[in-house]
Amino acid sequence: MHQEYTVVEGDFVNAGTASSSVKKTLKQLNVNPQVIKRVVVALYEAEVNAIAHAYGGKVSVDIDSDKIRMVVADKGPGIPDIALAMKEGYSTARPEVRDMGFGAGMGLPNMQKNVDKLNVTSEVGVGTTVEMEVNFV
Amino acid sequence: MFYHALQIDESRCIGCSRCMKICPTEAVRITGGKANIQEHRCIDCGKCYEECPAQAIAIKDDDFEAFKQYPHSVALLPAVFMGQFPDEVNVSQVYATLYELGFAHVMEVESAAMIYKEAKEKYAREHPDVRPLISSFCPAIVRLIQIKYPSLTENIVPIKAPLDFSAMYAIEELQRRGIPREEIGLFYVTPCAAKVAAVKAPVGEEKSIIDGVINMNELFNRVYKRMKDNGKNHQYKPLTRQRLSADAILSTLTNGERRICTAKRSYAIDGIENVMDFLDKMENDEVEGVEFLELRACDQSCAGALLSVDNRFLCGERMYARARKAAERERNGEMARDREMDKYGDYLIDNSLVDEVQPRSMLVLDSDIGKALEKMEKIEKMKIHLPQIDCGVCGAPTCEAFATDVVCGQADLHRCVFYRLHLEAQGKMTLNEGRSNMYSVWGDDRISGEIEI
Repeated sequence: MHQEYTVVEGDFVNAGTASSSVKKTLKQLNVNPQVIKRVVVALYEAEVNAIAHAYGGKVSVDIDSDKIRMVVADKGPGIPDIALAMKEGYSTARPEVRDMGFGAGMGLPNMQKNVDKLNVTSEVGVGTTVEMEVNFV
Repeated sequence: MFYHALQIDESRCIGCSRCMKICPTEAVRITGGKANIQEHRCIDCGKCYEECPAQAIAIKDDDFEAFKQYPHSVALLPAVFMGQFPDEVNVSQVYATLYELGFAHVMEVESAAMIYKEAKEKYAREHPDVRPLISSFCPAIVRLIQIKYPSLTENIVPIKAPLDFSAMYAIEELQRRGIPREEIGLFYVTPCAAKVAAVKAPVGEEKSIIDGVINMNELFNRVYKRMKDNGKNHQYKPLTRQRLSADAILSTLTNGERRICTAKRSYAIDGIENVMDFLDKMENDEVEGVEFLELRACDQSCAGALLSVDNRFLCGERMYARARKAAERERNGEMARDREMDKYGDYLIDNSLVDEVQPRSMLVLDSDIGKALEKMEKIEKMKIHLPQIDCGVCGAPTCEAFATDVVCGQADLHRCVFYRLHLEAQGKMTLNEGRSNMYSVWGDDRISGEIEI
């Protein structure tokens, strides 16, 4: 099963559209509630990242009977040092973004904590792609 | 199957579908011109009961006279019962009238409000990792979380309700006075449907100790009638032991639990739509640092309960007025009755736990994930061809609910009027076949002839 969503730069109002929709789907599939929670938290973080740091992007989701795969691809400034970005508390968020309660530097670490597989690829000046997988059992 | 307290009286149902459109969990369908409730989706919130123009929705209760079988019948009243009476009627008169009607004992269930609070706090101390804690006070909310927010069931505080503590207290106290259990009959006067369900089929317990449920509207009518019959000069027996603390009186209103809880960050939310909005956010971990949630299905909490006779705001203010008086007495050093329950405090708190609330998701398409995926893909494909205007003519509240019903074998695709017109235009269905489909949903008396203007 395949689903796609568009994320618009700076549109914090609609942050969570993809994760809410995925949540509903997984509930209908009888996936364990605690697994759903991990998926939703990770995807929500990725959505917010694309809204806050990049110029929008695309979320694509593939659901199989044993796992979910999520790819959040943005057109953005890119991450120069991915290892540094993975550290808790490291953030490059602009002050106005922080004022809205985002940009605490917990995004990528939080994704890492909640998914079974995380792969971040990025090219400075081009964009970032976050691939995540969560197994259902 | 899952017990619920709301029942449709088919002889009264006019099949208007208002209940179907207002139901927050999409539990109602129309077939043969009558509404029916899908049991696994109904949480007994009673929105349909309020909306029904034909009084075709009833709340199951027990025979009013049943309490008379017990020499020691106990009327367990919700505090909102007192809020129903006009200002000139005082609490003592209501109590006295209940005795005149034949109850041997009368007790307000909020007498246990402070014990309930202590039991919650004890649970919070012993489970520091479970946050936010969600109050189990409102049974419609507990059921809502079970069916729609399964990941949050473990946040519900699994303790008994004030009603149960009051009932346990009544049994202990009466037995201490030498009365055998079989002579004690506990009757709860219910302000809503969800509490009936909570008594008849408690979540996390085998069986409730309550012997029967009395409809609050019916009791109000009987008490008020009796007062009118007695006339203005009737002398009521003076009573002194009916006093609740201000905190206990307010505990059933919105903010009632929150205002006295020790949690640092907490929210009190009433109205089922507001609760669902919030829980959607909660489930996504979008709200951080919340320690306690007081969630109530009814607007203005129990003052706005289904069987509240009077306007919710009038009832609420009367309760505030009573609480102000109680607070004044407390300032003058008078002990409230709820503190009398403290002598059984340890026993009640030691027996406060129920089993953890289990999820019971209504959303699951199939227990086998592969089959569920197949069904979901079918639903998605079908939705593209449905009109997506949620007209409800198929007898389901939305196109999506209809598609789900069809894929799960619970509805016939030909119930969609748009799809039928398409088939008729293609010559794949006759007009008569189409009409009989319409009849199957709405009954055969809806198409009644030409209209002259």
